[in-house]
Amino acid sequence: MVVFEKPKSLTDAPLHYCPGCTHGIIHRLVAEALDTLGVEGKTIGVAPVGCSVMAYDYFACDMVEAAHGRAPAVATGLKRAFPENVIFTYQGDGDLASIGMAETVHAAARNENITVIFVNNAIYGMTGGQMAPTSLPGQVTQTSPYGRDVTTAGYPIRVSEMLSTLDGPEYIERVAVNNVKNVKAAGKAILKAFKNQVEGKGFSLIEVVSSCPTNWGMTPQKALEWIDEKMIPYYPLGVYKDKSAQKEEK
Amino acid sequence: MAEKVLMKGNEAIAEAAIRAGCRHYFGYPITPQTEVAAYMAKRMPKIGGTFLQAESEISAINMVYGVAGTGKRVMTSSSSPGISLKQEGISYIAGADLPALIVNVQRGGPGLGGIQPSQSDYFQSTKGGGHGDYRLIVLAPESVQEMADMTALAFELAEKYRMPAMLLADGTMGQMMEPVELPEENINTVDMPWAVTGTEMKREHNIINSLYLKPEELEQKNIERYERYKVIEANEARYESFMMDDAEYCVVAFGIAARVAKNAVVAARKEGIKVGMIRPITLWPFPKEALCAAADKVKAFISVELSMGQMIEDIRLATECKKPVELCNRVGGMIPTPEEVLAKIREVKGGSN
Repeated sequence: MVVFEKPKSLTDAPLHYCPGCTHGIIHRLVAEALDTLGVEGKTIGVAPVGCSVMAYDYFACDMVEAAHGRAPAVATGLKRAFPENVIFTYQGDGDLASIGMAETVHAAARNENITVIFVNNAIYGMTGGQMAPTSLPGQVTQTSPYGRDVTTAGYPIRVSEMLSTLDGPEYIERVAVNNVKNVKAAGKAILKAFKNQVEGKGFSLIEVVSSCPTNWGMTPQKALEWIDEKMIPYYPLGVYKDKSAQKEEK
Repeated sequence: MAEKVLMKGNEAIAEAAIRAGCRHYFGYPITPQTEVAAYMAKRMPKIGGTFLQAESEISAINMVYGVAGTGKRVMTSSSSPGISLKQEGISYIAGADLPALIVNVQRGGPGLGGIQPSQSDYFQSTKGGGHGDYRLIVLAPESVQEMADMTALAFELAEKYRMPAMLLADGTMGQMMEPVELPEENINTVDMPWAVTGTEMKREHNIINSLYLKPEELEQKNIERYERYKVIEANEARYESFMMDDAEYCVVAFGIAARVAKNAVVAARKEGIKVGMIRPITLWPFPKEALCAAADKVKAFISVELSMGQMIEDIRLATECKKPVELCNRVGGMIPTPEEVLAKIREVKGGSN
């Protein structure tokens, strides 16, 4: 009996991510959602600029590589061209919450019927560990070497909270992938975000609090603990918006 | 016979695009091209198409990139400052070898400039515009009729050669009304096995991409693209030759400048000056051969431009500096009068006798 299989929606290409990086887990959760819904053949994914820039090699569905931050705009074009297809973006915090904030906010405001996977590890990974819009106050990075000073570098942006103030989006949830329980919950949220799209409900964004052991300068295990100790207190997990559930309550 | 209607240039572009099968338009308001967006906003919902007012020109061009990846006909339009913002997306579209139409209804610059007509985006349009080695097919209409005809042509050429095409107009062309015979509905598309449409589990996944981390691979991609550009240069250069048979002087002008210059050429002929005009219709590929051939016959060239002298460089290159090339220009939204061009023709004739 097969008890463990690679999702069909992933290719056989070996992932290039650092040891202990959680992108592999999140890729798998996305692929499992596509498998579960049986939509791989009609899915088009949009890869970002950042560590997951080469996600287009890892997902077995059709893929488009977007410019930095522009994935929601590219996804909008794809969705308008093929409303019946499943369109998702996979973006990091620099991509989505810094350079691509306008594209993110407006795709959400339009309730564009797409799925956004937002990986928040509070740092720019690919360029070698610079301060991100989600870097914590006091967090040491290459461009905040004395710790993020909020008086000059400003405060981190809580994307899920901010987007949930908009009337547009259908579903916003923040999850984490630092332990088995959280990974399972993350998988459930990601599946729901894709299911929403298939059901025509609209914009769903799952913020995945994740780790970057390499640029945080920690062992993989310590990095997962740091998520519990530092990240989650600043970025509380939970459902921030669920329009359909709200309607049912009424 | 097709219907003939009185239309603004901007509206003619929009209607011609719809007739060419374009069902996806993304834009952002900017004078003097907003009528394209307004027309699309009215028409697209009625025919099951997409009109979307994006949050920025940057988003608009990236939405275009998304649709272009699916192989469907798609366009955006803007004016000079907005086109500058689109350069990132245009570079990606060129780098991913995708067809798309970008319309630039030029206004004066640099910076916020003005809202009156200009041709000062010539360099930006014909030399690349964004980062990296690439070209756009650049079509320069001189009438509302050509704006309609070249919209359809731009889609066809873009698809044939898998690259973005630009319709380079200006504020005058966009705003002026002329009778136009609208093209018949004509959707000639080519096979696009590279498009992202969903695999349907019947093929390997397609990837729309411009990232090549291995330098030898990226070099090869660039070389292949320039091989394609050579074919375009050999086959697609278009121009109009006007009174050139016995010409001793050659005016070179495109778009609205050509409309003005043509009047000056006719007036000069009445004075007995043997002058003609070559009007580049494609600015890239530039009609180099026609100009080079003319250089063996004429005594001098006059480049009439609404810029500080941009096309003049291409004329000098094409003619290998065999003959002098003089500049007759107005900028900042000003347009030379036929009298000003005529005076320049007289001056050049006087100087070269």
